[in-house]
Amino acid sequence: MEVLVNGAKTYAYTGGKAFDAAQPTVVMIHGVLNDHSVWALQSRYLAHHGWNVLAVDLPGHCRSGGDAPSSVEEAADFVAALLDAAGIEKAALVGHSWGSLIALEAASKLKERVSHLVLVGTAFPMKVSPALLEASLNEPMKALKLVNVFSRSTLAPPPSTLGPGTWVYGASMALGRRVLASNREVNLFHRGFQACDRYANGEAAIAQICCPVLFLFGEHDQMTPHSAARGLLTIARSTGKFRQISSVPVGHHQMSEAPDETLLVIRDFLAL
Amino acid sequence: MPGYSDPGFDTLALHAGAAPDPATGARAVPIHLTTSFVFESSDHAASLFNLERAGHVYSRISNPTNAVLEQRIAALEGGIGAIATASGQAALHLSIATLMGAGAHIVASTALYGGSHNLLHYTLRRFGIDTTFVQPGDLDGWRAAVRPNTKLFFGETVGNPGLEVLDIPAVSAIAHEAGVPLLVDSTLTSPWLIKPFDHGADLIYHSATKFLSGHGTVIGGLVVDGGSFDWDASGKFAELTQGYDGFHNMVFSEESSVGAFLLRARREGLRDFGACMSPHTAWLILQGIETLPLRMARHMGNTEKVVNFLVGQPLVARVGHPMLASHSSHALAQKLLPRGAGSVFSFDLKGSREQGKAFVEALKVFSHLANVGDCRSLVIHPASTTHFRMGDEALAGAGITQGTIRLSIGLEDPDDLIDDLKRALKTAEKAGA
Repeated sequence: MEVLVNGAKTYAYTGGKAFDAAQPTVVMIHGVLNDHSVWALQSRYLAHHGWNVLAVDLPGHCRSGGDAPSSVEEAADFVAALLDAAGIEKAALVGHSWGSLIALEAASKLKERVSHLVLVGTAFPMKVSPALLEASLNEPMKALKLVNVFSRSTLAPPPSTLGPGTWVYGASMALGRRVLASNREVNLFHRGFQACDRYANGEAAIAQICCPVLFLFGEHDQMTPHSAARGLLTIARSTGKFRQISSVPVGHHQMSEAPDETLLVIRDFLAL
Repeated sequence: MPGYSDPGFDTLALHAGAAPDPATGARAVPIHLTTSFVFESSDHAASLFNLERAGHVYSRISNPTNAVLEQRIAALEGGIGAIATASGQAALHLSIATLMGAGAHIVASTALYGGSHNLLHYTLRRFGIDTTFVQPGDLDGWRAAVRPNTKLFFGETVGNPGLEVLDIPAVSAIAHEAGVPLLVDSTLTSPWLIKPFDHGADLIYHSATKFLSGHGTVIGGLVVDGGSFDWDASGKFAELTQGYDGFHNMVFSEESSVGAFLLRARREGLRDFGACMSPHTAWLILQGIETLPLRMARHMGNTEKVVNFLVGQPLVARVGHPMLASHSSHALAQKLLPRGAGSVFSFDLKGSREQGKAFVEALKVFSHLANVGDCRSLVIHPASTTHFRMGDEALAGAGITQGTIRLSIGLEDPDDLIDDLKRALKTAEKAGA
């Protein structure tokens, strides 16, 4: 569906079901050089199991207009504006990688308007190496390959988004190229990485959230290893908002290399 | 970052898509000869049918053994996924039927395998799909053939029978200007010789019967999506960008930003046309792919020796291989196919149709049959077999003479192949005396 947010057309995949005000809502937020389709299986399942799903394309990405956010805070403001524009009082927020930081920051601002927070493949700080930052700007295809090589954990992924026969690595490469090409004015790769790298409010944000939080890690994740979220976990535990930590036996492609495990963990957490 | 996470071609040929079987520890890919797969629950069943969860339901749609093959060819081609089909012709038909219906138009190379030409020129016209054929090297011809209803460009990496190399970068650029994808038949080259996605192609298909299987044992096809073509931006493919009543009004290009073609091809084409691959066939093709790099290197080494031998023979009027400077595609082949332009080629004997027959019948190591891409060397004399009804004029139109011989060079000792050809050339010479 399309919603006008801050005056810009915003696309959100709804999982094949129309919005129903009587149902709870989950907003799914993608990472750098991704779009809504990284959540294809999980979002479609939730949409057919009692949830309104808004798997957004962030502003300036693929089907969404507007200016691509240059900071996590700016993207979090977009999420809040999206809820207002769609007339959603309360929602669960699910984010992957950069999207996890956006979800975290949005949850800290939206307080009770967020029912659940799911951080998939998260880290704080989410530092990006200077070499990778530079490559994302000047050699984006080289950087895209590096990111996907780091994200992959297996040469034999299970049936995934396109069904059996999906070559997840190739699909991730193709999606990265597509997203990059979707914005001729801004290098979405570099802007997204820069936003990750510069975000400094993670620990303050997690101290302010008012909902239970799920951390979902990839056991072999080289992009955002489990240990890189230790600070967030400690604070979440201390505030009593921490509810669950789960891991799936893959790398940074949690939704595509372990689609079922990722879905079931999120589904069960949202049922709390 | 080279290493296991960034494997090369030879490693992917052995490992892509396959891991030790978690249930049994089997290292080789198991053959899952089962029609169907048990659901965990009614909800699990509904979720699988509705594409909420990924898994196997029924082997016409997908099968775990076939899925390994599909992932492997996608990995080798640099694609996003693939679909295994009953034959190469089924892969071509699935590609076309997914993208268009009656009223659509295709621009295709004239240099096609005869079966592909039949499908486009005769059969699809009966279903309302028209094709304009253009010489593969005639770039203006490709551009001029585009109509408002054109939905696809189609050619072979190296054309049949003259091995004209398709200028994939140039032809794909014209296709993309017209808002349509380029489908390439890469059967004769395999991804070891060329990866068409790297040069601008959008879809690839193989008759896996040939080099991928490599042993002349099974019939199968594979269609691979590069995930590069933007169906929404084109505006010509309502099949992928509008709701499909046949699958819960799904909009395939929303469901997957890069995989709409494969989603519809599997969910409609395999479901309804049903030209699926047997898991046993998939397993045999996987066995073949595991040695593809080794075999292709040997195919090309033997081909070079045989071509060089034939070039020096007085009874040989012409050798049609792009490795030769005399071939019209020599320069393009050097650029696009640095490892070689394949091991299937033709040459012309000086002489009559009878001499051609005598040559073929004198061969002992080469097998006289209608196939290519076997590990064994193969030969056919078109004027007395596949094109035997044609007169001289029609043969000339097809680029074939009375003495044209097509060879598919196998993996035997090259000296034995050359000895066999020497003997047959002597026999042909005597037959003309």
